[in-house]
Amino acid sequence: MKYRELANIDRQAEIAEGIFSLWLHAPEIAAEAVPGQFVSVYLNDKSRLLPRPISLCEIDREEGRLRIVYRVTGKGRGTEELSSYRKGDKIWLLGPLGNGFPLKEAQGKQILLVGGGIGIPPLVETVKALKAMPGGSDVRILAGYRNELFLAEDMGQYADLLISTEDGSSGTKGTVMDIIREKSLKPDIVFACGPRPMLKALKDWAVSLDLTCYISMEERMACGIGACLGCVCLSEEVDSHSNVRNKRVCKDGPVFECREVEV
Amino acid sequence: MQEKNSRILHSMSVSIAGVELKNPVMTASGTFGSGEEFSEFVDLSDLGAVVTKGVANVPWPGNPVPRVVETASGMLNAIGLQNPGIDLFIKRDIPFLKQYDTKIIVNVCGHSIRDYCEVAERLSDQPVDLLEINVSCPNVKEGGIAFGQNPYALEEITREVKKYAAQPVIMKLSPNVTDITEMAKAARDGGADALSLINTLTGMKIDIYRKQFVLANRTGGLSGPAIRPVALRMVYQAAHAVDLPVIGMGGIASWEDAVEFLLAGACAVSVGTANFTDPAVTRKIISGIGTYMEKMNIKDIKDLIGAVGE
Ligand SMILES: Cc1cc2nc3c(=O)[nH]c(=O)nc-3n(C[C@H](O)[C@H](O)[C@H](O)COP(=O)(O)OP(=O)(O)OC[C@H]3O[C@@H](n4cnc5c(N)ncnc54)[C@H](O)[C@@H]3O)c2cc1C
Ligand SMILES: Cc1cc2nc3c(=O)[nH]c(=O)nc-3n(C[C@H](O)[C@H](O)[C@H](O)COP(=O)(O)O)c2cc1C
Ligand code: FES
Repeated sequence: MKYRELANIDRQAEIAEGIFSLWLHAPEIAAEAVPGQFVSVYLNDKSRLLPRPISLCEIDREEGRLRIVYRVTGKGRGTEELSSYRKGDKIWLLGPLGNGFPLKEAQGKQILLVGGGIGIPPLVETVKALKAMPGGSDVRILAGYRNELFLAEDMGQYADLLISTEDGSSGTKGTVMDIIREKSLKPDIVFACGPRPMLKALKDWAVSLDLTCYISMEERMACGIGACLGCVCLSEEVDSHSNVRNKRVCKDGPVFECREVEV
Repeated sequence: MQEKNSRILHSMSVSIAGVELKNPVMTASGTFGSGEEFSEFVDLSDLGAVVTKGVANVPWPGNPVPRVVETASGMLNAIGLQNPGIDLFIKRDIPFLKQYDTKIIVNVCGHSIRDYCEVAERLSDQPVDLLEINVSCPNVKEGGIAFGQNPYALEEITREVKKYAAQPVIMKLSPNVTDITEMAKAARDGGADALSLINTLTGMKIDIYRKQFVLANRTGGLSGPAIRPVALRMVYQAAHAVDLPVIGMGGIASWEDAVEFLLAGACAVSVGTANFTDPAVTRKIISGIGTYMEKMNIKDIKDLIGAVGE
């Protein structure tokens, strides 16, 4: 089930320059959400009609709360408005949306989580869920930043975390691909979220080593539920729903096995 | 509850070319798929009709992304009429909609007159109530809007489609014309049973930092509240220019907006972009109209249609 829910803002904080962490009370969505899914966030300025798709960073089922972590993309943008909301303010959400990472498929395997920039937030709930699975899981996380770190402790408490920064201020200098090369990593399965070039490099690497690799795709959305065909990505095969080589990121994704889609 | 109340007190049913709708609120083509995705939020049986996404004789892949972008109180889209083709549509989408107690209006697109006629013919033995012919899509290179911007071409395609269609035909008009009444008359002369308007207004958005068009298609169709006053004016003009039922749309997001269109002369309304802001908006519009009628002591919704200035 998807819910349109008026969420109460519990807490908002800037956790790195221009990166905000928002805790929301939204019990209906929280009860059913899984890692890798996202919510449509509607702004209170009614001249902004379309929702902002934002990944779930943490899901607290007991307390009925959700955490999202997002970047303010610029002055006068919807995300700037979002960052001005305070405890007690209310916003409409639609969710949970999309498919999420296939956690079951990873059970008992050597798992590598890879996040780049503002693609890092969904990895927090993902590593929590993987670690909570019966039998535990062998998880390692790679997180690539420009310079300033965020959510590193939130993830690092659950699994081995390796960091890259573009300026070399922490961890490996370069990108997550440099860590992969440096450590000659060869996991059984990869879950990744981040910018296109990173996803493309991961796909090439995964295909060359014959690894299973799930990537979370991003596209501009309007309905968020699969009806408007605004958010498609190219698929390798003719899709059974669209009957053409297009899949809907909001409904068939955002997570796809990297061989299913063109990156 | 509201719905029940209004049934007892007043009649909301309207008729379009002999097809009786339980209320005047329908969905706008392309914003509601074939209803499945929205059925989690709205009981489709509450709607006057579901208007499907445009369907062609063969599957169309549509345009490259980005296909949508937000603008002030509106949005631009250049989906490019991606659709699964009439075969899968008949096999999957029509049976899905038949589960509900609502009218089915199939929006038809094509690159040539033959394409449109082929789809109309394929639908002739299907349990579909009305056809809506989209000759006004600004986002495809051939066909589409070309037929909707020239009164002679519009009259001809209307006449041809009418030869193949078993159901009454609604011609969907483009606002990207100098004189909407000329187009309304051309569709009437071609034998249209009803008109719907407006489709989107052609627009553009530029990313000033990348110095690039935001939409891959460069231009897109503007919809949402930003176009509402233009749409209302055109609906008023068309409804007064021809003696055909007119379905009004363009930026309707509340029951107040819907009532404006009815007063301007629309006998029904379509809700499009507003579904993206609230997937249950159609239900709220229907109950809002009911409450308004009660308050204003209007027994029959037909008394509202075209009543502006009376
Ligand atoms: C499945 C998914 C998950 C995401 N998760 C996160 C997340 O956890 N944290 C985060 O910071 N960002 C995330 N994003 C990106 C985020 O949606 C955009 O950065 C955001 O919508 C920009 O909105 P704005 O108000 O700042 O920009 P504006 O320019 O004001 O937005 C205008 C319109 O364009 C859309 N838009 C602009 N940029 C993007 C983009 N890159 N992707 C999709 N739509 C865009 C907006 O939604 C809005 O409709 C995610 C995107 C997707 C598709
Ligand atoms: C994403 C999107 C897709 C659309 N697809 C179609 C279509 O397939 N056929 C059509 O006739 N109109 C299409 N339209 C136009 C709408 O049906 C409607 O005429 C227009 O959007 C104005 O109404 P609104 O402001 O309520 O959205 C589309 C509009 C949008 C926003
Ligand atoms: S946003 Fe409408 S189909 Fe994905």
